[in-house]
Amino acid sequence: MNNKRIDLELITSLIDKKMRVLDVGCGNGELLQSLKTKNDVIGQGLELKQERVNQCVAKGLSAIQGDADKDLSLYPDQSFDCVILSQTIQATSDPKLILKELIRIGKKAIVSIPNFGFWKVRLSLGINGRMPRTKKLIYNWYDTPNIHLCTILDFINLCNELNIQIEKTITLSSDNNKSYNGLPNKLSNLFSEEAIFLIKS
Amino acid sequence: MTFEQNKLPCSYFTEKKSLLLENGTSIDELTVAYESYGKLNKNKTNAIIVCHALSGDQFVASKNPITEKDGWWDRMVGSGKPIDTDKYFIICANVLGGCIGSTGPTSINPNTNEAYGLSFPVITISDMVNAQLRLINNLGIEKLLSVIGGSMGGMQVLEWAASYPEKLFSAIPIATSSRHTAQNIAFHELGRQAIMADPEWNGGNYIKLGTSPTKGLSIARMTAHVTYLSETSLTKKFGRRLQDKEEVSFGFDADFQIESYLRHQGLTFVDRFDANSYLYITRAMDYFDLEKTHEKTLTEIFEKTKTRFLIASFTGDWLYPPSENLMIVRALSAGGVDVSFVNIESDKGHDAFLLDEPEFDGAMRGFLDSVSKEMNI
Repeated sequence: MNNKRIDLELITSLIDKKMRVLDVGCGNGELLQSLKTKNDVIGQGLELKQERVNQCVAKGLSAIQGDADKDLSLYPDQSFDCVILSQTIQATSDPKLILKELIRIGKKAIVSIPNFGFWKVRLSLGINGRMPRTKKLIYNWYDTPNIHLCTILDFINLCNELNIQIEKTITLSSDNNKSYNGLPNKLSNLFSEEAIFLIKS
Repeated sequence: MTFEQNKLPCSYFTEKKSLLLENGTSIDELTVAYESYGKLNKNKTNAIIVCHALSGDQFVASKNPITEKDGWWDRMVGSGKPIDTDKYFIICANVLGGCIGSTGPTSINPNTNEAYGLSFPVITISDMVNAQLRLINNLGIEKLLSVIGGSMGGMQVLEWAASYPEKLFSAIPIATSSRHTAQNIAFHELGRQAIMADPEWNGGNYIKLGTSPTKGLSIARMTAHVTYLSETSLTKKFGRRLQDKEEVSFGFDADFQIESYLRHQGLTFVDRFDANSYLYITRAMDYFDLEKTHEKTLTEIFEKTKTRFLIASFTGDWLYPPSENLMIVRALSAGGVDVSFVNIESDKGHDAFLLDEPEFDGAMRGFLDSVSKEMNI
């Protein structure tokens, strides 16, 4: 099983049946499809690229074209049970505002991030002196959409600053696909390639 | 018009019960000419209304008896097609004010036994929808699986969803707008002025006087037809090519292919359409302004509606451009409505919704499949 599927499965495990869910940056609807099939959710997707939106709709998923940076303000307060932002916050122009918006629109939110504190990332920059490229960070420095990368501890810090409660954390390492719950520490910040947070206001 | 509109091979629903109109007057006797395809299931849950555009008719997927051409949306509606007649019961009715069999200015006024002409009341999009509602009530259909339409058909869809949300499970407005813009009204006014400037129009009384304002109506059609295309599609299809000649004639014949094409479009239109009907229907579109009629913002109109929406627009459409459609999408999202939106890359102009756009077909099919699954069809 590849890492991508684990990521989606773990997010799916955090969603209750029949919830009303908004997937921000839903891509071609892989996660929404899985949520619909497994958890019978009422899903809605927001995606920047129109061709991906069209793919979602052709699969019978509800999706519209829109920009997380601009269009979240459209949605009324608490209009979804859960808002998901998977591997996207690092590419938004104002992550702080986005976080506030997520928990305004959703009763809960799930945010997953690529961890910039991961040891391979540190190794690449610290020892090799090159901008990191890993399985999760696939771009070159000059073409990356990831303008606001952070580490797991950075993310937790921002949540604290914004008085956002972290209800659950799942961290994922790259090699053995193990995941574990609990409050991340310096060690998990070093050994996790990715983290998933369940947050609420 | 060169056909007898009450003898077309289609179904007719007639009710001698007055229909109250938005302008305060009423029509004493209503006839709706319609076509249906597929079978209504036992629970009557698989019915879909397809609403036609300005110059359309009820022959959406069957041979048009007037033009002898395929139905106007034959590629979308039919067995195994995105709007699948094997699964759904599809109704398409000629609009109120039309001239293909439904009550309109060419109909006989039962009170005078003469054609209405300009004594026909000015109707609106919501009046058209109310006429359709009478039809589905008569067919015993409580709730429609979907109402689908492009252009003016899309306006009817929006009006259906705004006025009768409990009557429809889903709505698919395509290449449309929630209100006519100044530019939309301007083009319609050109068409109407062309008709009314034709001496054979005779103050709208041409049926009684035995004249026919074909010149005016064909110019109206030529003007409108240009708005359905795009510069790219015109350039691709015609460019500056000349019609059956090597050099320009230094005269005013149809030198260019585009001129010849437009003249042909105008001439064939008058065989199947009525000039007064054209005035009435364009007026209904001009008056269309959902927010004004419902005295609410778009978001307020649709707030928390259970109706699922699929909205589609086409990038090359400058008549009802993506921005107009996106405005509706945004209002629906703000109202917490389940909405999907596809914007299809196309250089074919407004008419793209009627043409071969596989990505659009995919969205239509996927959306209808998912709503029919929800309805257990």
